[in-house]
Order: sequence, then structure tokens, then C-alpha cells
Amino acid sequence: MPHAIGPAVKIDTARGTFNVARRNFVDPGILQAEHDRIFDHCWLYLGHESELREPGAFLTRAVGGRNLLFTRDNQGKLNAMLNACPHRGAQVCRERSGVAKTFQCFYHGWVFGTNGALRGLPGADAYQPDFQQRPETQMTHVPRLECFRGFVFVNFDRDAVSLEDYLGNAKEYLELVADHSEAGMAIVGGTQEYAIRANWKLLAENSFDGYHAATNHATYLDYLKSTTGGLVPIALSGTGRALGNGHGVVEYKAPWGRPIAQWIPAWGEEGKARVDAIYQKLVERHGEARAERIAHSNRNLVIFPNLVVNDIMAVTVRTFYPKAPDLMAVNGWALAPQGEHADDRQARLYNFLEFLGPGGFATPDDIEALEQCQAGFSNMREAPWNDISRGMGRQTPAYDDEAQTRSFWTEWNRRLFGDQA
Amino acid sequence: MSHKTPLTRSDIEDFLFAEAELLNTWRLPEWLALFTGDGVYYVPSTDVAPMASPENNLFYIADDHFRLSERVKRLMKRTAHVEFPRSKTMRLVSNVRILAQSEDSLSASAAFITYRTKDAVTDTYFGTHYYQFARDDAGLKIREKRSMLASDGLRAQCRISIII
Repeated sequence: MPHAIGPAVKIDTARGTFNVARRNFVDPGILQAEHDRIFDHCWLYLGHESELREPGAFLTRAVGGRNLLFTRDNQGKLNAMLNACPHRGAQVCRERSGVAKTFQCFYHGWVFGTNGALRGLPGADAYQPDFQQRPETQMTHVPRLECFRGFVFVNFDRDAVSLEDYLGNAKEYLELVADHSEAGMAIVGGTQEYAIRANWKLLAENSFDGYHAATNHATYLDYLKSTTGGLVPIALSGTGRALGNGHGVVEYKAPWGRPIAQWIPAWGEEGKARVDAIYQKLVERHGEARAERIAHSNRNLVIFPNLVVNDIMAVTVRTFYPKAPDLMAVNGWALAPQGEHADDRQARLYNFLEFLGPGGFATPDDIEALEQCQAGFSNMREAPWNDISRGMGRQTPAYDDEAQTRSFWTEWNRRLFGDQA
Repeated sequence: MSHKTPLTRSDIEDFLFAEAELLNTWRLPEWLALFTGDGVYYVPSTDVAPMASPENNLFYIADDHFRLSERVKRLMKRTAHVEFPRSKTMRLVSNVRILAQSEDSLSASAAFITYRTKDAVTDTYFGTHYYQFARDDAGLKIREKRSMLASDGLRAQCRISIII
């Protein structure tokens, strides 16, 4: 339990202000409390089921400070295990991904099935006869693993509420993404792995912040204007929504192309025919209103604490974990309809790279902004508060208000400080 | 077509050293002019196959010529915030090898180390550049530059906001 030196979050409804202490971004005690009270109890995104297609497929991934081995076992079932040999603790699997029949720990040679069960060990006769069957000689599974529409989550708290209860109102938005295609969605090959020298919560805030686009992303907007044929004449406009449990979303119209299914002149007449056909299919499957929403609305979704699913000019899935109060590791993936036309896939990936990722025309300026915030927080003794009041008291918060950000911080504060907050 | 003398490694080194100088000194429009009108620039993510295509794999950078010229335009603006004030950069190019050449084309590889310093923090990018050149009587132009990072992603460098 961190010792509160003053409130971490300060809300004054009469004055219409919501303030967040800059200490929350720099204090190692706060980070430790976040590990204990957030990352050890919240549902955390592990991966997408499309990443493990066949029995024996596996990948290793860091989640919530653990190194996990994520497998589809030879029965086709998904498993998430702590990647540590039950014998002496070495990482059993040292590869990034692949397909395996078994995993052998290279240290003493213990062999495990794709579900983590001990299959054999050298010199078994030196142990008692039932040794290989004991629970403590099997690889340890993450206490909870649950899936929702292809998104696979883990929880290190055996007693956590179900994933669906945890996601709550956010389910609606994951479904809108999962419904892009009847063929299902899949992660595209290639991971963007980078870092930001800033506190992890700054990226949660930034990922669904509609307010910063005009200035922070001025060059990206310039770029969009100069693309062949220009843009569709749609102004940025929409709403922000607090979803409860710390989740939040902004949903808005925007002038860029969406392979699902908003055409721009740069894609030509052939592209228009394909986008029209995709749209027609969406109408058939979901009706006009939902099809319109899937195709023409953009959504930046943050699932507390650290999963971003942005359904914008492409679909990005992003996680970010603290390595220190002022450093986070970020993973970014592209999610796309399975079996999408090659030209649409290319347009999608180029859309993605134009904006997103550490080499894009926009994300590097976000990285700069977050690092400059972190640098600014050095002044927190004399300048202690961040303001996220925008749109407070508005009946329907706009996409560039900060209602969704207040949702994040309200849950953060509740989890860290409970009733004393 | 006139018969051209085969190019030597030192011809390629001269070209690559001059390219590095243009980038080190932020003369990006001049650097862009080293490319053919359809020249492309790729930085693949580090978990894809070596010659993976950006059409179905997520890269860090996959610029066709239009996007590359827009990248240059953007980097020359004060509103490219990540490069304002501009970082100081230094490129070392080594291990240059000609892989193949004909009358009108040449492919080469070169090891690189690129240092970028901003706000007293220095980031290091390293790996191999693969070049596809077009050759005519006027000399060489870059048809494709593919910079393959030898790091695990950009965990240490955070961003790739410069041309490496």
C-alpha cells in the first residue's frame, strides 16, 4: 500500500476540474503498487487466437512482468504457462515462436508436452515412482485464461471476475472489430516492438485522446491532404464515452480511408468496387445501422489497464508495460480480416504505417510528447498537477473531451487507494 | 547502349559515404534525389523473414516514392515534433560488398551504425543496408534501400524518426 502524500487524483465538480498528481508518473512506490494492485489482478491481453493456428503452435511473450509460454496444445486447446522449468527455474522455451511437439529444458533435459505436462526426465529412476505425476513437477499455468471474440486474456488472480464481466461495456467495441469480417480477424505478420521513455499511463491517455490531433499530428494531417485525390470531405467529429471498470472509448468520423469500408479517391475505381462489396456484405450480415457504424466510424478503445484496440485507418492492437516509472515497453500489431484482397491488405498496412508505429508520420510525435511530459514532471514539487477536465459537465462528451481519460483515472485511483481516495 | 566499365567496391563506397554525409547534415531533399522516381525505402520489423514483403507484413517503414518524399517534407518542418530541435546524427557505413551487377543495375550490401543524439540521449541503430541501384550513363540511383535492423525491435531506441 503506497503511503499517500496527498491525493493522487483531485476532483472538484463545483469548479469542473479533474486533476491528476504528476507524482503518479514518477514515484517508484506508485509503480510497485500498480504491480500489486493492477497488473496482478486485472485481465491482461496475451494475444490473438489467430497467432496460434495449428496444434503445437507456440509463442513466448512478456505479460504483466512474467515471461509466458502461450501454446495451442496437441488437443487444440490454448494454454498460458509461466515459462520456467518446475525443476530449477530456467526458461523452458527460448524461441520467439514456432511449432513444437514437446519442449525440452536445455539445463537438465526435462521434457514437457505442449500443455506443460512433464513427459520425461533423464534418470527418472533416481526419483520416487510417482514423481513425474506430481502437480509440482508440471509447468505452472497462469491461473486464468479466457477468450472473447478471438482476443485472449490472462489473469494472475485466481479469484478475479470473469473476463466478460471485466470487459463489461467494452465488449460492444471488441465485437465491432471482430465483426469486420465473417472470415474472422487475424494478426498480420510482423510486430512493432519499441519503447517510450515515459510512464506507461501516458500512453493509455494518449491512445484515446482526440484533443491532441490538430497540433501534435499537424504533419500527418498535412500528409493526408496531399495524398492522391485528397480525402473524403468528412470533418473530425464524434463522442467520448466512459465504459466503466476504467475502460473508455472515443468514436468519431474522420476523413481518412478505411479498408472496412470507407473509400478514398486514392484507392481508385477498382478500390471503390471492392469497398462497396465489403459494405454490402456488412449490411447483409448486420443490417444498415450496424454496418454503417462498423464501416464509417472510427474507435479508439482503451481496455484498462493497458490494451489499446484502435479501429481507425487500420486496426492496431497495442499493449504497453512499465519497465520503470519513466520507461515502458510497447508492442504493436496489425489486425486484419482473414483472406482480405491483396490490394486492400496493402492499403491497410500502408495506412497503418503512415500514422502508426515508431517509424510512422504520427506516433513518433506522440512518443516525443510523452517523453516531454515525463521531463516536465521533474518540476512536480512546484508544478504538481495535470488537468483532464475537458468536457466535464457536458451531457454528451465530445471525442476531443477527456471523459474517457477520467474513466481510466477513476478506476486507477480506486484500485490503488480504494475507499480512502 | 554503350559498354560500361564494371563498378568497383570503392565506387559504391564513395556513393554510400556521400549519402551518409547528406543525411548527417540534414540535406534530405538532396538525399531524396539519389532515388529513382519509383525508388522505395524499407525498414522491416525484426521478427519477419529477411526479404519479407511490406504488402502483407507489418514493417516499421515501408515508403513508396510518394511516401518517401512526404517523409522528407515532413522531416524538414518544425512541426515534425520528434525532430525538433533536430537531432544530431552520425552514420558509419562499412563492410561494403557488391552482390551483383549488370549494365543497368547493381545490388550491394553495407553494414551500418547510425547514432542519433537528442536531449543528451544517444540512440544507436545498426544492421545491414541492402541497396538495389539503377545504373545509366549519369551514374547510380537507388531503386530500393532496405535497412535491416540487427537489434531486437526498437526496444532500446524507442523510435525511428530519422532516415537510418
